Amino acid sequence: MDITLIYYLVPSLIMFCCGIYGFLTRKNMIAMLISLELMLNAIDINFVVFNRFLYPGSMEGMFFTLFAIAIAAAETAIAIAIIINIFRADKNINVEDASQMKN
Amino acid sequence: MESAGSIIMYWIIALSIVIFSVLTVTTRRILRSATFLLFTLFAAAALYFKLDYEFLGAVQIAVYAGGIVVLFVFSILLTSHPGHKSERLVSHRKWIGVLAALAALVVTGGALISRCGLACASLPEMSNPTMKTIGAAMMGTGSEQYLLPFEAISVLLLACIIGGVVVARKR
Amino acid sequence: MDFTIPLLILAIPLGMFLLLGLAGMKMSHKTAGVLGTLGMGTVLVLSYFTAFQYYFSGNPEFISEAGQRLQSIIFNVDWLAFTPNLVIRLGFLLDPISAMMLIVIPTISFMVHLYSLGYMKGEKGFQRYYAFLSLFSFSMLGLVVATNIFQMYIFWELVGASSYLLIGFFYTLPSAVSASKKAFIVTRFADLGFLVGILILSFYTQTFDFITLTSDPGSVLASTAGATFMGCSVLTLAMVLIFMGGMGKSAMMPLHIWLPDAMEGPTPVSALIHAATMVVAGVYLVARMFPVYLQVPSSLEFVLVIGAITALYAAVVACCQIDIKRVLAFSTISQIAFMMVSLGVARPEIHECLGYMASMFHLFTHAMFKALLFLGAGALIHAVHSNNYTAMGGLRKYMPITHITFLIGCLAIAGIPPFAGFFSKDEILVAVYGYSTFWGIWMSCVAGLTAFYMFRIYYLIFWWNEPDYHHRPHDGEMVMSLPLIILAAVSTVAGFIHFGEFVTWQGHEYQIHMDYVVAGISVAIALVGIFFARFLYLKENDRPRRMADSCRWLWTAANRRFYWDEIYMFITHKIIFNGICRPIAWFDRAVIDGSMNGLAIVTNKASVAIKNLQSGRVQQYVLLYLIGALLLAVITAWCVL
Repeated sequence: MDITLIYYLVPSLIMFCCGIYGFLTRKNMIAMLISLELMLNAIDINFVVFNRFLYPGSMEGMFFTLFAIAIAAAETAIAIAIIINIFRADKNINVEDASQMKN
Repeated sequence: MESAGSIIMYWIIALSIVIFSVLTVTTRRILRSATFLLFTLFAAAALYFKLDYEFLGAVQIAVYAGGIVVLFVFSILLTSHPGHKSERLVSHRKWIGVLAALAALVVTGGALISRCGLACASLPEMSNPTMKTIGAAMMGTGSEQYLLPFEAISVLLLACIIGGVVVARKR
Repeated sequence: MDFTIPLLILAIPLGMFLLLGLAGMKMSHKTAGVLGTLGMGTVLVLSYFTAFQYYFSGNPEFISEAGQRLQSIIFNVDWLAFTPNLVIRLGFLLDPISAMMLIVIPTISFMVHLYSLGYMKGEKGFQRYYAFLSLFSFSMLGLVVATNIFQMYIFWELVGASSYLLIGFFYTLPSAVSASKKAFIVTRFADLGFLVGILILSFYTQTFDFITLTSDPGSVLASTAGATFMGCSVLTLAMVLIFMGGMGKSAMMPLHIWLPDAMEGPTPVSALIHAATMVVAGVYLVARMFPVYLQVPSSLEFVLVIGAITALYAAVVACCQIDIKRVLAFSTISQIAFMMVSLGVARPEIHECLGYMASMFHLFTHAMFKALLFLGAGALIHAVHSNNYTAMGGLRKYMPITHITFLIGCLAIAGIPPFAGFFSKDEILVAVYGYSTFWGIWMSCVAGLTAFYMFRIYYLIFWWNEPDYHHRPHDGEMVMSLPLIILAAVSTVAGFIHFGEFVTWQGHEYQIHMDYVVAGISVAIALVGIFFARFLYLKENDRPRRMADSCRWLWTAANRRFYWDEIYMFITHKIIFNGICRPIAWFDRAVIDGSMNGLAIVTNKASVAIKNLQSGRVQQYVLLYLIGALLLAVITAWCVL
């Protein structure tokens, strides 16, 4: 059995769809953020896999993933700071209660 | 033709990615969700290792598993009681999510299938990128070298630090 | 001639209007009145000087070697230049008739300013009154010195506006308000015709300038040859439409209905605007355009017929009015109609356009004696506080100055020699007889009626029976009597002016010949009228009542002005309002407003419907984004495959 490109893409696709499902259904903002991380990771995997299978000589996909991880870290930090702030104000991090910029 | 060990390795990784990511979004306990995310991330790291990107796998574990997930756990503990279950989903909300996910699956899967020839490429030979080449690529300014994005990201991180301080500061 | 003085003639009244209008409330009544009068006095002196220069200086600008008086433009500035061909200019034109008007207008205006110091004393809004008088003087002077039709039109509207303001001066009286609206609407309606006429004429001739139009009308109008509209030539149409503007301002039938109502204004205003100056603007317009009218004899016929009918109508109505100002108003209409008739019969082959000169002569003398009569009527009203002759009678003993001057005015208008009206009316009758005997007899009858109705009110006011006066009536103070005396003196001697030397067709001197047959007839008719009035009204008796009873319907009809107002009311309220305005209003409400409201409602509904998209709910946004992205992907794939 030969493990071809598609074998790697299908799990990442499923992971991505799980992320979509989670993002749309969860109410807890942290849970939504977790779903977001799932989607991001699926994309990272895609980059790496394409790089590895189609252009083994270069490192673009790998570097893209590297930077994406760094950005994801920054983004998560900021998002969590905001969420904690919202929690401090409302005692609750339900996304549906935070539909206004000002209240 | 790959070795049997490699194939078994692949299946373990693929199945754990699928199972853990499904569990991440379906469990009703937020702390468990974070834990399943951690497992998913580990699986992804294993994937990187298997594809010979050792440095990337290491970064994935260090930053994602070591940094971000810890952050998640931390904030979960701050904002909710341990063992707290979120209430059951309203059914229409669940169906909307399922439909959206399926739609994305169908469209993207369709794209994949339509490019079958490309999708069936087998794993070529590749020398493991050494730390030296990675370091040179990250610090150089020539073609296929990434000093500019590296610096841009360092500025972004600085902005994040400041932003985090401003947002989190007590008023 | 230097342009400073002509410019000042226009600038002083305008400046006075702005001064009194803006700063008047800060002044005392006396200051405002004296300022306005002094300003007008200055204008009077300057205008006399200008007219004197024009007639007597012998300057080659004004009179040719052969003794022909010329048209001379003192200044003419581009005001609005739309295209090189279409330039509207404002300027100052001196020619025989405008120089004559430069004498008439400031004289009457000054007299009225002076008289109003007494008549309007203590009225609320005294400063405003003087401001409006100045505005009117400015507009009227601008009108007569206009160098082109468009300038004339602008000032034409300005005199209309100041007339509106002055008629409605007592704006707390509903009758004054409705009279001012009526005057404005009727004249505005007529001016619409005027404007259309101007546009048609200038479209074909490519010019607004009077001098270009009148110096060689044959070639300028050549371009209109053959152009017809609905079966009549465009030129005729244009001239009749322009005359329509004149009909409105000069209160010719059927647009005369505003003038009797305009008597709601203060009496000096009636003297200035509605007797002496503004209402003759129509005559002036026809005279100004006369060479063009001569090219279209049918339009002159039209002027003649309208004038003749109006003259008779107004004279008959004047015989049956109770309000003395109304009598004078109808008499004014009748006299203006005389001038129109005179222009209508003017032809070069009949005594070298005698009618033209006669109408200007009559305009001049009529301005003097009609202003006198109105100011006299003002003095009477001031004394007895009523407009109706039933409240007067036997006043000759109490108001000798008013009596004598009023009598002079009546004699002048009746055409008794040697008073001014005799000469001018005689010239008109000569011109009319020269044109057609039928119209001559017609106008002679009108002249007889004129004598009758003037002496009717004269006897009813100053003789007849004395009613009970609450307090003894007396002559007005000096500022009111002085203008009466001056105007009476002018009315007595003005006829001896050799008018033919000054104002004639094409500026050639014309020697007036007395036609003793016509003069004899008209004097005889006037005397008959006077003696008939004396027979009826000298002492209290029941002959007038019996006469009215004997043909009650005629008396009632004349008293109700032959139901013209009722006809207008019927046409406007029943036909126009119901037949045209209602559907238009419906269209406006249902279709125009409806479509706008519909748009607003649709917008409102749409925004209500889509505002839920902007919910602030992140997951909804993501869902929509996802749908969009997937659709795009599908569409792209579709196109690529």
